[in-house]
Amino acid sequence: MTAPVLEVEDLRVQLRTPRGTAHVVNGLSYSVGPGETVAVVGESGSGKSVSVLALLGLLPARTATVSGRALLHGEDLLAMPADRLREVRGPGVGMVFQDPMTSLNPMLTVGRQLVEGIRAHGEVPKTEARRRAVELLGEVGLPDPGRAVDRYPHELSGGMRQRVMIAIALSNSPALLIADEATTALDVTVQAQIIDLVEKLQADHGTGVVWITHDLGVVAGIADRVLVMYGGRCVEDGTVDDVLERPAHPYTRGLLGALPDLTAPADELATVPGVPPAPTALPSGCVFWPRCPVRADPRCETEQPPLAVVGASGGSLPHRAATWCAEEVSLV
Amino acid sequence: MVLAGVSVIVFSLVHLVPGDPVRLALGTRFDQDTYDALQARAGLDQPLVQQFLGWFGRAVTGDLGVSFRSGETVTSQIAERLPATITLAFAAILVALLIAVPLGTLSALRPRSAVDRVATVLSQFGISVPDFWMAIVLILVFAGTLGWLPSGGYVPLTEDPGAWLARLVLPAVVTGVVSGSVITRFVRSSVLEALGSDHVRTAQAKGLPGRQVLTWHVLRNALLPLVTVTGVQLAYLLSGVVVVEIVFSWPGLGQLALQAVQARDYPVLQGAILLFALVFLVINLVVDLLYTAIDPRIRR
Repeated sequence: MTAPVLEVEDLRVQLRTPRGTAHVVNGLSYSVGPGETVAVVGESGSGKSVSVLALLGLLPARTATVSGRALLHGEDLLAMPADRLREVRGPGVGMVFQDPMTSLNPMLTVGRQLVEGIRAHGEVPKTEARRRAVELLGEVGLPDPGRAVDRYPHELSGGMRQRVMIAIALSNSPALLIADEATTALDVTVQAQIIDLVEKLQADHGTGVVWITHDLGVVAGIADRVLVMYGGRCVEDGTVDDVLERPAHPYTRGLLGALPDLTAPADELATVPGVPPAPTALPSGCVFWPRCPVRADPRCETEQPPLAVVGASGGSLPHRAATWCAEEVSLV
Repeated sequence: MVLAGVSVIVFSLVHLVPGDPVRLALGTRFDQDTYDALQARAGLDQPLVQQFLGWFGRAVTGDLGVSFRSGETVTSQIAERLPATITLAFAAILVALLIAVPLGTLSALRPRSAVDRVATVLSQFGISVPDFWMAIVLILVFAGTLGWLPSGGYVPLTEDPGAWLARLVLPAVVTGVVSGSVITRFVRSSVLEALGSDHVRTAQAKGLPGRQVLTWHVLRNALLPLVTVTGVQLAYLLSGVVVVEIVFSWPGLGQLALQAVQARDYPVLQGAILLFALVFLVINLVVDLLYTAIDPRIRR
């Protein structure tokens, strides 16, 4: 087995808020191999975005406390001096953010925003960087890249801007690409195009991908592995087939149940009742028990379940879930 | 259009001010014939509407009339004061920006830090302290105790650059500190807003050096509100800073306007206010043009 691109171990993030300390990420561990796609799934507020922003030191330093380890090719991102971290941003890890309408600087041309990223990592002459920018824009499927390079973001559609974002993220051929809800703001056809594009680029460059989403449809389409987050913890992980076909955690089960069924009567949407716990006041015991429909074990309320292997896995990876009730769930 | 409206308002307001210019010019002892003659010469015996139409008709051609007090034309009086006012206004804006941009940026970069608190107190101080008080204190310290700078007056640049600068420093600092305090608040909030925007995070995620992020992704985007507030401040300074001009015996437009009010010198007062309106219009135009130069989204 090849060495992983990224290994996250026991990542914890606390944010100071006016309402007290928010425990946003609480001991998250996963790894991403070369060419592999790991999908991180969960509701809004489950700590998905924060967990990846923390990797690149993009959380406000005044309020965020990050601990744990995040090894990028063996080098700990969380222990890096600021200078080194700056060098890693780009060539080490490329990042695509959720909202293409606000993630680009409205005052600068697309080309400039690409060129500055390229030139920040190595002595590249301006003309060469510009040639590369045009090439990248072509690669991500922007029509007429030679002209698009001189456009301002407001002159492009949302889908086109997200392609520009991807071009920026890929401009330094990163070992790891993090896509934080990269397709959420886009309509479905554009979404599919973007996913195809990332898959193609991934196949060409062997990039590892962390794909953050709350869209299980996207997960089924792209992921090799899935990690379900709830209350800042990983509550279930495993291969796509294991997690989506044989969910072991009541929460995952609920998420899958909440997918609208096109054949069912449309008057009622299935939901997971209740709201996610406030990170300032996480429940003791299983993070999910206040909303859990199963609660089959006396320990649910008092003791936090460890992430343990559940059942036989269909794939090469263990299928794990943090629940006391895996058996009950599998019987549903 | 706007100027025509302004001139109606100016004319009415000026003539609504109680007090008779002819009486003020003549003093306490005069006879009725002299009074009538003077009033007729100034055209003040005619109906107000007719006075206005006559004045407006001439003003359009650039003739703002003749001062009741000095007998000089209003345009020549304004022209005489203009260099001093322009000098002070631009010097003050320079001081203001030199204070506001670094201070506002620093406090936005470290909100709630010591720097930020000090900057907040300073700008609050600058906004709330009366300018004449600051002027007097500075005169006492720098012209009195230390004797480094003259206490007032104005020397044209062409006559003696050294003396020009020496006399410019104190009034420019006083007015600059006041304007700068206002601008600091704007710079702080607009830099803070720019800092929090998504594209700054993108720029950081690209691995740009901090300085580059600050210049091209934060300050560049905070420029628009800065231009707006600087324009407003400049227009205000160009219309004469009355109190500061008087404390420093600075022969600017503010002083001229004040003297005109005291003497009920209608033509001078009208001319000055009309000029201030024009200044605001021109500066607004310039600010709008700068907008389009700065923000590509506004260009067509």
